[in-house]
Amino acid sequence: MSSDQPFITDESQVVTETRDARMTGQGDRFNSRLREAFGSSPFILTKFDKFLNWCRGSSMFMLQFGIACCSIEMMHTYAVKHDLDRFGSGVPRASPRQADVMIVPGTIVSKFAPRMKRVYDQMPEPKFVVGMGSCTISGGPFQEGYNVIKGAEEVIPIDIHVPGCPPRPEALVYGVVKLQERVANGEASPVTVKPYELEEFSDLERDELVDKLADQIDEDELVMRYNFADSP
Amino acid sequence: MSLERPDTADDGAVERTPDELEALLGDLVVDRDDHLNAPGFVIRPDTVQETLSILKEQAGYDHLSLVTAQEYENRYESIYHLKKFDDPTQEVSIVVPADKDTPVSESAEPVFRTADWHEREAYDLMGVEYDDHPDLRRILLPETWQGHPLSMDYDQERPQIASLPEHANPLQEHHKDAESDTMFLNIGPHHPATHGVLHLKTVLDGEQVVDVEPDIGYLHRCEEQMAQNGTYRHQIMPYPDRWDYISAGLLNEFAYARAAEDLADIEVPEYAQVIRTMGAEMSRIAAHMLALATFALDINGDFTATFMYAINDRERVQNLLEDLTGQRLMFNYFRLGGVVWDLPEPREEFFSKTRDFLDQLPESIEEYHNLITSNEIFQMRTIDTGVLPPEVAKNYGATGPVARGSGVDYDLRRDDPYGYYDELDWDVVTEDGCDNFSRLLVRMREVEESAKIIEQCVDLLEDWPEDERNIQANVPRTLRPDDDTEIYRAVEGAKGELGIYIRSDGTDKPARFKIRSPCFSNLQTLPEMANGEYIPDVVAALGSLDIVLGEVDR
Ligand code: SF4
Repeated sequence: MSSDQPFITDESQVVTETRDARMTGQGDRFNSRLREAFGSSPFILTKFDKFLNWCRGSSMFMLQFGIACCSIEMMHTYAVKHDLDRFGSGVPRASPRQADVMIVPGTIVSKFAPRMKRVYDQMPEPKFVVGMGSCTISGGPFQEGYNVIKGAEEVIPIDIHVPGCPPRPEALVYGVVKLQERVANGEASPVTVKPYELEEFSDLERDELVDKLADQIDEDELVMRYNFADSP
Repeated sequence: MSLERPDTADDGAVERTPDELEALLGDLVVDRDDHLNAPGFVIRPDTVQETLSILKEQAGYDHLSLVTAQEYENRYESIYHLKKFDDPTQEVSIVVPADKDTPVSESAEPVFRTADWHEREAYDLMGVEYDDHPDLRRILLPETWQGHPLSMDYDQERPQIASLPEHANPLQEHHKDAESDTMFLNIGPHHPATHGVLHLKTVLDGEQVVDVEPDIGYLHRCEEQMAQNGTYRHQIMPYPDRWDYISAGLLNEFAYARAAEDLADIEVPEYAQVIRTMGAEMSRIAAHMLALATFALDINGDFTATFMYAINDRERVQNLLEDLTGQRLMFNYFRLGGVVWDLPEPREEFFSKTRDFLDQLPESIEEYHNLITSNEIFQMRTIDTGVLPPEVAKNYGATGPVARGSGVDYDLRRDDPYGYYDELDWDVVTEDGCDNFSRLLVRMREVEESAKIIEQCVDLLEDWPEDERNIQANVPRTLRPDDDTEIYRAVEGAKGELGIYIRSDGTDKPARFKIRSPCFSNLQTLPEMANGEYIPDVVAALGSLDIVLGEVDR
């Protein structure tokens, strides 16, 4: 069509089979098997919660969050070959504010735990966490390290643990799909005790250590206190 | 190399015998403490700078590879491992004992810039204090940490507090007038461009970066402690995989294997060396592919396609590595004295798969050149940004593709041969651009060189007579190297010189295990490259350094 002509609708040219079918409702373009199952009624009856959960589980945004070795396998899970996106959950978001799921892929050490907690807090509800690798379960190979938090669960609640060091991408896919299933079914994961909290320095119980650090840390500064002796 | 005294006609490459060195240092030497790899001279803690400058300027030892701190029953000790960029087989160790109660020794920072971070680490983990150090703070552990974890009397059970402070602008004071104002910007520790958990404290003046300080330690996993708790024979080998975890595992295992085998005097069968060399180069390809992928993403978010292509190529190498080792990422394939098992059966299939991979590699590299290196936007962003002059690179102890991108012709595979490298035909790649672009080119060309090496190894392995396929030397079940033997050995990892220092104490576990991480030294150059540039260039420079936080922090 040359551009100096005004746009004219020429019925004879635009009518397509699809449009016909759409207008008369005869074609099967929109008829999924699901549609057939519902019969002729255009309505479905379900609980609102159930519907919402199904939506939630079918479209989950991941937080782009790399910590250690496991994040390499996590990248492979997102990328070609394993392509987590096939399951409706493969879009990593750089900002925690836009993310639903946080995959924790690596070892948590003392300096990072407060930051991770902060990132977790920044995610909007409802939020879910997949712990990837042995490190997030117990500290993994570094369990005995002086600086290693013995599992991510000491800091944030975790919904699904994927064991392995590192878990293969297939295992992570399985873990994420399991989480989706759970979310869709509205199953809540048990609330776990998180011994390490981010709190203001002045709220800490006063003891020798706190007294010693009193001139280094401001009253209202956020701190995390680790009781390594009580760790598993 | 600058010559302070041209009349001595010393061009640095001249090799001196230990006795000549001792004569050169004269009164500074109070004792000898030779290591397996190098002569060692004990000096007084207040003569560090003097000794090191003599060695640097008059004897040509221009590479401070590593600073190791350790504690004995009666003293502390800092060891400066020196080498030459021209010939890394010429080594010397300077041993500086310090008092047990108040361990203080002079800082080497004025002589070698790289000592800055190394000494901060020694202070952090061991508690040795360095006089005259510009900025002696903790580097890996939180500022509020109590005690020095690698020292003998450290109690791991005691509670600790880590704080989450609001960071202050370090330059605020200097820019109080109306015209100029600085802004403080935190990049990381959770940020897509930092390749893991790195924190950059950046100060901007307008759009220009005036100060950037890498804040590390967010992945300090006590790798040295783990190695010191493990037995030589089997328990240490899994850990190197987790230093540089970008699939570069076999390269790291090579580092431990080399150090421990030299320490315990184990001869590795040739056949195993060929397999090791082949596997290591496959790891290098995988590692460089990821560097390429993420670098392209750092430059421009629209380079996702490159990312996918590169990941695809990585998958191919990883398939080969999985066939070989049984694992995709954490191989744990090397053993002291060889490798754990032979090539997978049927061998022909493995060879033909490897050949297929090598055959399609030139085509993919061509594709990367089309996609990125010949892309105008990419060139504008990378050429002449992040400039690192060779002298600066050397001063910071930069190695690997970072140094070679600045024209420093230094590659341990050729200069200090190990494995099977010296029998094979390949070239060391260098580029003279000193910028982000050169560093990328070096990596891409190194992939081609690695392919050459793999091909030759495959040829060799194919024709290897069946009854000579010896994959393991006879190694005693428990290794107990002699008491107080010390060794420092390095290999060319994916990111540069990956070295390990081991001191044995007669038991089956090392008394001190120190890792020289190439990324740790390379990352130190970031401020040199970034100051005065724009924020996107900082990100580009960081991407071109190709750091792995697991190796920076260990
Ligand atoms: S579980 Fe293993 S692979 Fe994963 S972060 Fe921990 S050490 Fe690395």
